Amino acid sequence: MSALTALTLKGALEGLASKQFSSEEITRAHIAAIEAANPQLNAYVLTTPEKALEGARAADARIAAGEARPLEGAPIGIKDLFCTEGVRSTACSKILGNFIPPYESTVTANLWREGAVMLGKLNLDEFAMGSSNESSAFGPVVNPWKSRGSNQPLTPGGSSGGSAAAVAADLCLAATATDTGGSIRQPAAFTGTVGIKPTYGRCSRYGIVAFASSLDQAGPIAKTVEDAAILLRAMAGHDQKDSTSLNIEVPDFASFVGKSVKGLRIGVPKEYRLDSMPAEIAALWDQGIAWLKAAGCEIREVSLPHTKYALPAYYIIAPAEASSNLARYDGMRFGLRQEGGTLTETYENSRAAGFGAEVQRRILIGTYVLSAGYYDAYYLKALKVRRRIADDFEAAFTEVDALLTPTAPSAAFGLGERVADPIAMYLNDVFTVTTNLAGLPGLSLPAGLDSTGLPLGLQLIGRPLDEGTLFSLAGAMEDAAGFRSKPEKWW
Amino acid sequence: MAVDAATVKKVARLARLAVPEARLEPLAKELNAIIAWIEQLGEVDTDGVEPMTSAVAVKLPMREDVITDGAQRDKVLANAPKSADGFFVVPKVVE
Repeated sequence: MSALTALTLKGALEGLASKQFSSEEITRAHIAAIEAANPQLNAYVLTTPEKALEGARAADARIAAGEARPLEGAPIGIKDLFCTEGVRSTACSKILGNFIPPYESTVTANLWREGAVMLGKLNLDEFAMGSSNESSAFGPVVNPWKSRGSNQPLTPGGSSGGSAAAVAADLCLAATATDTGGSIRQPAAFTGTVGIKPTYGRCSRYGIVAFASSLDQAGPIAKTVEDAAILLRAMAGHDQKDSTSLNIEVPDFASFVGKSVKGLRIGVPKEYRLDSMPAEIAALWDQGIAWLKAAGCEIREVSLPHTKYALPAYYIIAPAEASSNLARYDGMRFGLRQEGGTLTETYENSRAAGFGAEVQRRILIGTYVLSAGYYDAYYLKALKVRRRIADDFEAAFTEVDALLTPTAPSAAFGLGERVADPIAMYLNDVFTVTTNLAGLPGLSLPAGLDSTGLPLGLQLIGRPLDEGTLFSLAGAMEDAAGFRSKPEKWW
Repeated sequence: MAVDAATVKKVARLARLAVPEARLEPLAKELNAIIAWIEQLGEVDTDGVEPMTSAVAVKLPMREDVITDGAQRDKVLANAPKSADGFFVVPKVVE
């Protein structure tokens, strides 16, 4: 049975279509794998085996009747930031407690409409605020990867740590995730998986617990570039329930994988070459450049002069939006209520008891930068810097078709190593946060292992709505890298 | 700059977060470190730059002004910490 969990999404869909195995079989194999692994990895915060098997049997009936849909019978995992009707959805925060949504997020509804089967809900940093999955109310996820010769538990990255770990450990064929500053791409890099944050507006945000609405975007984490393309097509699409959802056609992203990249111009932004960058990451980046050159791409150095201001701007804009979005958790209509003597005290007690330390920190920063007397100096300034960053990209894209950068400034680090220093933690997103600010698509793919055997990722950044080119480039790099490594099973 | 304990207290009140007295000083320190790091934005020349308020330049779509949803009282109340007779039960607001 374990061979079934090792399949790619594409391989599984082919096996299901040709009736080599049933959806019930592959779903049961995943349920068994989760049962064995989850006590160690903590990737799932809720499993829904009965719902999964019910979905699998329905899928098998459809396949038998010749009515299979594009994802028919494929068991996948859902980040617990997506509301799922009748299934507890918590954003891994105590303040949502036992919240059971009476509605379904548009992205997950799209997946069920195409026949996918839900295995359960995946762990994340509380409200997706974090880069190590350590702010989750359910405790951290443990990365299935370990440094060679070491037993130290490592972070899978965050916030989509559960999604990335589950895909890397074969606990689902693929998973949904979300990315506000790097929350799809950094965990993908830390776990040897592929993740893409599409152009802002590709996926509906309806039913995704809001963090920073002008930056939040859903996307897949998968085992291969093609799998990510397959899942993204199913997740994306226009939705009237999200006014920022783009009313444009969704291309067949998988058709771009395998296309020639000859003649494409690739920009290498010089500002991303940080002094503090580990030599192995710099070398891998050079290797990536060499692969694309060998595939016929033209490499050009480009300049994105405002890069270093992206993170500080993000840490004004994201907390400001979060402080507004999280005002809804008032203990009155849903979630946790902690009574106080007055209404205000009830609000204050509920929110103090329900939100964790990092979320409270960000609410306070956000409230501060939006408060009277500081709004212009901080919030408005950050929005202007955001425009500068977006303009940098626009200028670069007049010269090149895509950009190549590292995904993260390090490999996976030890759990507990960076929790004491918020800014050190924020620096994880130094290469990823720029695309959220500019609304651009960014894809991370595994490109190699460091000297201790941990995966490292490279990032491709594209023009708005040009995910197709990213999939072509990523496909070419995946072939060149020949990355087939899986974590050695210790769980 | 310099966020002090009194500022934290004021901001926490605005954000409706109960912060114990003993946490005000340490939080002021943490926030100061973050704000000091953010201050580097002052180096960027933003004269005449339009603030960027949305990630993608699109016109907000309008829809027909028709009722498309509603009559879901029980669903709306299903997750309430307290409810009775089809209403939310909240602390007394008006004396």
